[in-house]
Amino acid sequence: MKHSTFFWFILPSLTAMILFIALPIVSVFIQSLHIEHEQVLIVSESCDPFGCEETTSVDTEASSKLRAEKPLGRFNGLKTYTNRMILAFDEVGEAWRTTDSFREFWDRVFNLPFYKSLTFTITYTFVVTPFVLILGFFVALGVNNLPKILKGPTIFSSLLPMIVTPLVGSLILFWMVDGDGVIGATLQNIFNDNSLSLKASPLLTWIMLMVYGVWHLSPFSFIVFYAGLQTVPQETLEAAMIDGATKLQRMRHVVIPHLMPLVIFISLILLMDNFRVFEPILGFSAEAHATSLSWLIFSHLRESAFPLYNVAGATSMITILGVTILLTPVLIRTWRDFNRKGH
Amino acid sequence: MVTKIESRITPLTIISFLMVALWLVIAMFPFIWTLWGSFKVQADFFSRANWTNAIYGVHTIKQTGNFFTSGGYYGAWVEEQFWHSVINTSIVVFFTVVISLTFGTLGGYALARSTYRYAFWILMVGLVFRAMPHITLVSGYLQPFFEWNIWGILPTTIIVLVAINQPFTLWMLHSFFLNIPKDLDESAMCDGCNRFQAFRHVIIPIMWPGVITTALFSFLLAYNDFAVTSMLLSGENETMIPAIASFLGTVQVEGKVMYAVAAVVSATAPLFVLVMFFQRQLISGLTTGAVKG
Repeated sequence: MKHSTFFWFILPSLTAMILFIALPIVSVFIQSLHIEHEQVLIVSESCDPFGCEETTSVDTEASSKLRAEKPLGRFNGLKTYTNRMILAFDEVGEAWRTTDSFREFWDRVFNLPFYKSLTFTITYTFVVTPFVLILGFFVALGVNNLPKILKGPTIFSSLLPMIVTPLVGSLILFWMVDGDGVIGATLQNIFNDNSLSLKASPLLTWIMLMVYGVWHLSPFSFIVFYAGLQTVPQETLEAAMIDGATKLQRMRHVVIPHLMPLVIFISLILLMDNFRVFEPILGFSAEAHATSLSWLIFSHLRESAFPLYNVAGATSMITILGVTILLTPVLIRTWRDFNRKGH
Repeated sequence: MVTKIESRITPLTIISFLMVALWLVIAMFPFIWTLWGSFKVQADFFSRANWTNAIYGVHTIKQTGNFFTSGGYYGAWVEEQFWHSVINTSIVVFFTVVISLTFGTLGGYALARSTYRYAFWILMVGLVFRAMPHITLVSGYLQPFFEWNIWGILPTTIIVLVAINQPFTLWMLHSFFLNIPKDLDESAMCDGCNRFQAFRHVIIPIMWPGVITTALFSFLLAYNDFAVTSMLLSGENETMIPAIASFLGTVQVEGKVMYAVAAVVSATAPLFVLVMFFQRQLISGLTTGAVKG
């Protein structure tokens, strides 16, 4: 295809991506380097018979004028990245100096908002992904063994948890496991413990969010594995059977190697999706014990009276960096494949 | 042949049957339970004393005289004006799907037919863009949008969703167009068509299966989005999902949680219908690029 034709075909799509994805990243970066203006203060002296007194007041007119002239605020360099809201160098350094054991140090660091979110996001990503792969694989095997007539309805029902809006899906589960919900209340009655509640325990909150994650994404890996199972070469299976391979051996030496490329594909998609975990935290009202990087950005922009654009921007930059690191192995692999194909 | 041999009933088959049955319960039960419960009063659906209340509807009969009540739906749709959000969602979703498919087919076709290195780089950058959490971009939109006074209106949200949707649409349609033999449009070009004419007369008539599959996923992205719509739309332009989220903040008082439950069921219903009619396309979309390698 000629360069000019290619250019015209791709133009609308490329414009949209440059304007609303590439430039916003630049804008986020610039935002993260700036900080809100300080108020312009006027010092006035008022004198009365008992002496003179200096009063300081905020010059609102000058402040808003300054804000209108330079809406970004004043330049702050990388200080936003290192302040208490994000990497918190001072606090981490102090914790390192004043604590004796690593555990104590970790407890202190874990209470800083950024590290708390980072820990949760990474744990969530690397716990949910393998569970989704395993559960999806076994369900695919099971469905593959079903009589033909049952396959359709089974696949239909299996798709629902994935299709449903994440916020809605997490609310549906939350209402069931909450203290008043069907599962939550029943558990309380069984254990005869009215304080047993998700919100009370950090561990239970984390587990619940991860259970939601597995529930939500397993259909995806199930469908891909199921499609892969349809393409397992039957001749190889038969040959293995004639050679006396048991069911387990056939699974291990024929089916699983055949599905290996799919594992990479699914893990890639799952890593991307899990790293942005956000809505379940709102749905389960889990902010107290579990926060993710996406949630942190949202709350910086939303919850505070004044949106902290610089902190949100810096957190976003770090998140984007994290995603890129996560993707690097895939990008390198694709690059090698592309070169091998000899373009 | 293999299936014939394996169709004997062994302990393994029974285990796999049970496992699938268990999975089906896990996948379906929450939906059935919530649908059923949305027609009850709060005292039944959220019953601390006894979960069977939700089934027999003890309090529902006491309070309303009927076994089922549509009080939650009335409250959500009429009192809280959920219908308004439904209209907004329809507008946003419709235009997002149409625009992103128009852009995506053109771009995806070009990427599939170009053999130059930059086409590969566009796809790679697209992959990185696809992976970025949407909320990171939102923090970049807010200040400029406030500055230009385009915050809070539907067109802004639509174009943002189109852009966020582009990387995915490009990837999907690119791999779809790769499956359409090059010879088709090239022979048309030999007959004197230029690229656009070849695209118009040869590719467009046969591209619909791939486009419909991609449309389904664009629909899901726009419909399910929370990060963008909740941050970029003002109160009166709110779509369904942010509306449900704001319900949660306001309706925790007695009796009103059922509004949120009803709204949640209402928002799930279209997705249910979608899966029912387009199951085949959804599955082929999910497996695109995976099975073929």
